[in-house]
Amino acid sequence: MTAPLVIFDKVQKHFGDFVAVNELDFEIREGEFLAIMGPSGCGKTTTLRMLAGLDTPTTGEIRLGDKVMNDVAPHERDTPLVWQSLALFPFLTARENVEFGLKMRGVGKVERKERALKWLDKMQILEFADRDISTLSGGQKQRVALARSLVMEPQILLLDEPLSALDAHLVIRMQAVLTDLQRELGITFVYVTHSQSEAFAMADRVVIMGEGEIAQIGSPKDIYREPANQFVAEFVGRNNILSGTVATLAKGSAMITTPSGDFTVPMNEVTLNEGQRASFVISADLVHIAKGKPNGENAAHCKLISEEFVGSMVTLFLEDRTGHEFKVQMQERELSKFDLTGGDEIWLSWDTQSAHVLNES
Amino acid sequence: MKTNRVSNIVLTIYVALIFAFVFAPIIFSMIFSFNSQRFPTIPLGSFTTEWYQKILADPDVWEAALNSLIVSCSTAVIATFLGFCTAYSDYRYNFRFKGPYLALILLPPTIPLIIMALAMLAWFSKIGMSGQIYSIIIAHSVLTAPFAMAVIRLRLNQMDPDLEAAAWNLGGSEWATMRHVIIPFCMPAIASGLFLTAAVSFDEFAVSWFVSGLNKTLPVIILEIVQGNIDPQVNAIGTFVFLISMTLVVLAQIFFASRQLKSIRP
Repeated sequence: MTAPLVIFDKVQKHFGDFVAVNELDFEIREGEFLAIMGPSGCGKTTTLRMLAGLDTPTTGEIRLGDKVMNDVAPHERDTPLVWQSLALFPFLTARENVEFGLKMRGVGKVERKERALKWLDKMQILEFADRDISTLSGGQKQRVALARSLVMEPQILLLDEPLSALDAHLVIRMQAVLTDLQRELGITFVYVTHSQSEAFAMADRVVIMGEGEIAQIGSPKDIYREPANQFVAEFVGRNNILSGTVATLAKGSAMITTPSGDFTVPMNEVTLNEGQRASFVISADLVHIAKGKPNGENAAHCKLISEEFVGSMVTLFLEDRTGHEFKVQMQERELSKFDLTGGDEIWLSWDTQSAHVLNES
Repeated sequence: MKTNRVSNIVLTIYVALIFAFVFAPIIFSMIFSFNSQRFPTIPLGSFTTEWYQKILADPDVWEAALNSLIVSCSTAVIATFLGFCTAYSDYRYNFRFKGPYLALILLPPTIPLIIMALAMLAWFSKIGMSGQIYSIIIAHSVLTAPFAMAVIRLRLNQMDPDLEAAAWNLGGSEWATMRHVIIPFCMPAIASGLFLTAAVSFDEFAVSWFVSGLNKTLPVIILEIVQGNIDPQVNAIGTFVFLISMTLVVLAQIFFASRQLKSIRP
């Protein structure tokens, strides 16, 4: 389960003067669902294309098992890719699209058809087998694209933002389809996306990339609760980030003075020195609100700016007197007890252990 | 809105006049091809198919028709093949001197036909290839390949750039991808290119006349008949040539339009 399947060994990719990927060093484990996430232009798609052989690393090695893959032609690899544009063949029917890879591999006509129909059935689009691609809906096309790759029975499946063109409700459904498939088949999924919700909902591990480098690798929970640096904390969002100077040190904790006030942070993982700059984050869902000044150590007086509803969860956007933005995420029914309107002043507070100190980078 | 309607009417009349101007001579030629009188004058004489019978009985016309058929079919295949190769190399690759390379293939239609014809004749005579049927085919292929290329290039530009890579990704080698993805995708444009180049070649007179030697094509024989005397046979052959090229052009348009509609559909 945890043996490395693919190893990226100091991989760099340059396009002319532009460094798309810089010193990529990580491994993909057998049977895992790995998401590669980052803002556009961070090199995540280039990483995936190098895995498929569509781009060749400028330096470094990509190994599959013991085999160096750098110079293996794309058609000699077993790394089917589900494209962002889907890239279905418009002149073929759904079934012929699924059969395409098998045909290229020289599988006989009868077996080809049988296997294609099996996968179309598995994707619940058997009834559209003989339809033209252009007559299918977005969700159906998506399933054809998946079937076309999975029919090859690969060891590893690459997905490049496959859900970005779908409606929100379809995205949720396809996420369930994908995670179920991955568990059932036990093959490795490498999923490139810019969407945090997709990555966190499906992946076992998430690689966060920024400007061609890996910013953090970890489980969704690790990344959410313990972002490694400011870039990850900002990219993941729904985080309150505060920066200041270390004022005093105590056993296992430190006091940091920021423009928004003095706050205590835990010091279990990092060592801070008096007088140094430091930043820390508090997840928006770990912040409490109150009308009166709370007794605890970490409190900020803020004005409510706006609210955002996502289902039963609400995100409050607030500002303290220095203009620093705070975010609080809570259940809608919790919030309704406070009877707040825009412009109201309230107090925020959090436990010291909720704060997470960022590594300076 | 009012000026819009006025300008619409004016434009409609303008277009109608252009069509009348272009097609009137052809229509008159068609009418006179069924006229019993020797000279094209009004009032018309009686209806006759005499001129058609005459040309059908003329072995020279038959030979020219066969030559035209051979030339236009061969030209269509060669020119479309060349056009496809150029369009694909333009789509797929970036290389030094790509600009001059493209200019080279697109240049022939910009050269005045008479100069082109003279140059071809001089060149073919020099290398001992003039006066053959293949001389016309070579000259016409050079002349019409840009048309095929333009149509096929348009089609390639509509292709999802990931499509080719998707075929490689699924185990298709470069050649298999060409055969199973690129060519099927371009098929409507290839068909359109075949008909278009066949039509241009079938119609073409100047170059054919210079390099054909004794292998006359239909447009060449028309001139020879006209040179001798006024003979309504010309109208009959003209009608025939017009209908064939028109059919080819319309077929090319149908293939062209059908894929346009298809690509608009979501």
